[in-house]
Amino acid sequence: MAAAPLREQLSALLSSMFSQGLVDEQFEQLQMLQDEGGTPGFVAEVVTLFCDDAERIIAEIATLLEQPIVSFDKVDAFVHQLKGSSASVGAQKVKFTCMQFRQFCQEKSRDGCLMALAVVRNEFYDLRNKFQTMLQLEQQIQAYDPKQQ
Amino acid sequence: MGVGRGGVGGGGGEAAVRKRWRVKVRLSTAAVVVWVLASAALWAGLHWRFRRAALHKAEEGLVCMCEERARMLQDQFAVSVNHVHALAILVATFHYDKLPPALDQDTFAAYAARTSFERPLLSGVAYARRVVHADRENFERQQGWIIKTMKHEPSPVQDEYAPVIYSQETISYIEGLDVMSGEEDRENILRARATGKAVLTRPFRLMSNHLGVVLTFPVYLVDLPEDAKVEDRVAATAGYLGGAFDVESLVENLLRQLAGNQELVVNVYDATNHSNPLVMYGSEIPLGTPSPSHTCMLDFGDPIRKHHMICRYRNKPHVPWSAITTSSGVFIICMLVGYIVYAAWSRYDNVKEDCRKMEELKKRAEAADIAKSQFLATVSHEIRTPMNGVLGMLDMLLDTELKATQRDYAQTAQICGKALISLINEVLDRAKIEAGKLDLESVPFDLRSILDDVISLFSSKSREKGIELAVYVSEKVPEILLGDPGRFRQIITNLVGNSIKFTERGHVFVQVHLADHSNLAMEAKIEPVANGINGHKDEASAISTSISQNTLSGFEAADSRNNWENFKLLLSYETNEMPYESDSDKVTLVVSVEDTGIGIPLHAQCRAFTPFMQADSSTSRNYGGTGIGLSISKCLVEIMGGQINFVSRPLVGSTFTFTAVLQRCEKNAISDNKPVLLHPLPSSFKGLSALLVDKRPVRATVTKYHLQRLGIASEVVGTIELALSVLSGRNGSSLTSMGKKQPCMLLIESDSWGSQMDVSLHARLQEMQQNGRTHLLPKVFLLSAAESDKVKTIYSVDSVITKPLKASALAACLFQALGITQPSNENHNDSGSLHGRDGSGSLHGLLLGKNILVVDDNKVNLRVAAGTLKKYGAKVECLESGKDALTLLQVPHKFDLCLMDIQMPEMDGFEATRQIRAMEGKANEQADDGDDSGSESAPKTVKWHLPILAMTADVIQATHEECTKCGMDGYVSKPFEEKQLFQAVQKFLGASMSS
Repeated sequence: MAAAPLREQLSALLSSMFSQGLVDEQFEQLQMLQDEGGTPGFVAEVVTLFCDDAERIIAEIATLLEQPIVSFDKVDAFVHQLKGSSASVGAQKVKFTCMQFRQFCQEKSRDGCLMALAVVRNEFYDLRNKFQTMLQLEQQIQAYDPKQQ
Repeated sequence: MGVGRGGVGGGGGEAAVRKRWRVKVRLSTAAVVVWVLASAALWAGLHWRFRRAALHKAEEGLVCMCEERARMLQDQFAVSVNHVHALAILVATFHYDKLPPALDQDTFAAYAARTSFERPLLSGVAYARRVVHADRENFERQQGWIIKTMKHEPSPVQDEYAPVIYSQETISYIEGLDVMSGEEDRENILRARATGKAVLTRPFRLMSNHLGVVLTFPVYLVDLPEDAKVEDRVAATAGYLGGAFDVESLVENLLRQLAGNQELVVNVYDATNHSNPLVMYGSEIPLGTPSPSHTCMLDFGDPIRKHHMICRYRNKPHVPWSAITTSSGVFIICMLVGYIVYAAWSRYDNVKEDCRKMEELKKRAEAADIAKSQFLATVSHEIRTPMNGVLGMLDMLLDTELKATQRDYAQTAQICGKALISLINEVLDRAKIEAGKLDLESVPFDLRSILDDVISLFSSKSREKGIELAVYVSEKVPEILLGDPGRFRQIITNLVGNSIKFTERGHVFVQVHLADHSNLAMEAKIEPVANGINGHKDEASAISTSISQNTLSGFEAADSRNNWENFKLLLSYETNEMPYESDSDKVTLVVSVEDTGIGIPLHAQCRAFTPFMQADSSTSRNYGGTGIGLSISKCLVEIMGGQINFVSRPLVGSTFTFTAVLQRCEKNAISDNKPVLLHPLPSSFKGLSALLVDKRPVRATVTKYHLQRLGIASEVVGTIELALSVLSGRNGSSLTSMGKKQPCMLLIESDSWGSQMDVSLHARLQEMQQNGRTHLLPKVFLLSAAESDKVKTIYSVDSVITKPLKASALAACLFQALGITQPSNENHNDSGSLHGRDGSGSLHGLLLGKNILVVDDNKVNLRVAAGTLKKYGAKVECLESGKDALTLLQVPHKFDLCLMDIQMPEMDGFEATRQIRAMEGKANEQADDGDDSGSESAPKTVKWHLPILAMTADVIQATHEECTKCGMDGYVSKPFEEKQLFQAVQKFLGASMSS
């Protein structure tokens, strides 16, 4: 039963994430999917996928925005992709900032885009930290109790 | 007319109109003048014609009379002349042929006097003998007197003389006078003896002082031949017979005998001398005005003398009355006709002008209406877009760390924003309805489940307010109906929402009946209803109060139709076989929503359905809302072919009732036809029975209705005491309806639950079991409006069913309490499963074992989608590009469904779908060819058509259209929403499942 404090910690973390609006019901859905669907590690998989994907996209956008002539269409496509991913994962804040980002893309405002990129990046890093903590906690719990799903 | 019109028309138009108007006035004036002149001319013409006719007639009369007179005069004259002629012959015969002469003065006078009737025109006749101067002395001696002139003087010496020897007594004064001494007579004598015929003098004054002529006839000694010479005649002349015609008296007499004497003026002239006719009769003085006259020639036998008669009317012929009256009448008629025509014309003109104006205004109004609708649509849309941003940002703001007050403000802003959005949607709806662009769907739907949905939508609100919210659908209402479920739900949601908003205590009760039953009940109860209402107005009738208060919650309702008495009646109609089992497809439903709220003030009732009308401004202050909902509901109901009305009494409540015409739908006919929004209820309760303790019959009926839907038979008793007696079998007769089956549930309304009841109840139940009176201890349920957890701790019951009741929730609760496990793998296709949430169970059933291909370039999305679909039992394959999908989807393939992202690098979803469809088309053609070549044994291959659904984050209309255009079957939002996914997938997998 050493896992109990860890679990408490985990649920506290999750509830803080929900209350801060970092993640939304979609994330909850994913967790339910994992619990009900009997697919252990589903959330971890998705989250890892998302983090890698997002990091790559953010890097791409950054390089695009550094170009002397910015192709806003490309940027927009990337942001759209990021938005899709974040929506799938339930990363609410990232999704909202992506929505704003896209508006700047449509306005073709470079400064706006750069600003939005910074915001997205911040949000993403914030979320990634939380996710990582969460995954670590889960792993630890699993280590204690291999039967835990 | 002719007033200046509103300034919008502009100066130019007005000037033109004025000009036209002036021209018209001038024209009409001219027309009037012409018409009057024409009528006057007509009058004159007619008058003249009549006058002419009259004149003509008078002239004809004149001619006629004149001729008549002339002829008569001539005849009489001729008769007289003839007689004188005869006298002349007499004298010749008896005076000269006889020697001595047989005639003397006396004989002549006597004869002449006796034959004077033959000569009415002659005042007298006399015979003068021709005496030559040589014979004078001899003659004078013989006669004894000397010849005297007409002046009674002894005649001077002449060549010859003509002394009168015989004379009629009337003119005996001329005896012995020499006729030749008178100038006229002399001339006459000479002419007479030369011609041998009767001759006339010109008219002169006779001795009787009358105008007259003297007629002279020669008497010859020998008979002379007709062609004798003048000398012979002179020589043979013996004497002269003369007579004086008193023309004046003659004509006078004559005229007296004839009709029309007074009217005529007759003049007779001797016209021998044309230039100076001599008057023989009549006044010389011409009449004042030359009136029409007629001249008739007279032949008196004297060839030299010419006479004529001139007749004229004494008075100027007067104009006949008819000439004036008739023509005046015609003139007046003409004027009247003219006036009528003018009036009609001007009226027609007015009307035409008004009509034109109306037309213009109508056009303007229609244009304004269209503009309004467009404006509404545009503006609403334009407002909606930024509002979404506002709401999103508010969402985000609320997710940040806020102070309590800030949070409060932001939440308020969000609520207001949501209200605004819903209002805009409603306005759009209304604009759509007004523009006639709202088309109703016609799909099969389950009315009961829709009502359940509505109830669950408002359940938390009603719980908060402590209002009893219940729904009852008559058994006779078909399970599946064809119609527009969305709009139906909208109406009911609206009405229920209103009711809940304005109700602080009591209940909100939704009922659905068939129209026929409802009408019947109305007819049967019309008297009590009227009494109830009247009695209440007087606040006097206690009986009616008790009746109207026997409602769902015990509070009085506005429309006493819904009290228990009436409700019971309705129920009895249902259970009895009704003659109203109509064969037609149409089903007319009566839906009533009854509440016990504040009601609608009487003065506001008439405008309840007017958009944006609330009872008064304070209502909107207290309760919010805009009042557009009711007007939309009214529109929708009318589109559905029904009517909506309400009964409301302030401070008592309102009952809204509407009818809707829907179509019957056979249950088995739908499965292969169209997808239905069905949430099948679990069937595992069938055959169970329950005992319900409820002192309010209406509420009990509602509960019974829900139990019945689950297949549970139920019995109602008023109190727990009664229930216990039933359970113990002491009152066995009441159990007959359940077939002696022990009820396994005991449902108790929370207000029937007395204090300390729980302890005694349990004790007694256990006691009963121990006594063996009942072998099965029934589970005890409490029906309560409050949150279940709280109540359960207070009461010691097996379970608490939270109100408002709905069948699915009830079922879930019963599952839990009775320990019946719903066999989820039992038969998915048949009844579906109940997994807590309604949709998921069905999804599970739909997707189990299906092969689904998910195409998305975003790995995260792909993973999540796959995970979700797997959860529902589907076999999922994932691909990251459209091209890969093409290779994998070469016909034949195993997939039942493909979900495709739209935005993908290389090949996007649209393009991929297009190519897939092309491929399928080719394969189908080949399959057709194969069939033709005669492989009958092979089962008819189904045409390849893989359902492809687009996955998209922004679900807007344009995308949807594009989806269908390139061959996609629909779309689902990303990330998946269960309900939407279910709806989208069901269309394609539902049908194949049943087959």
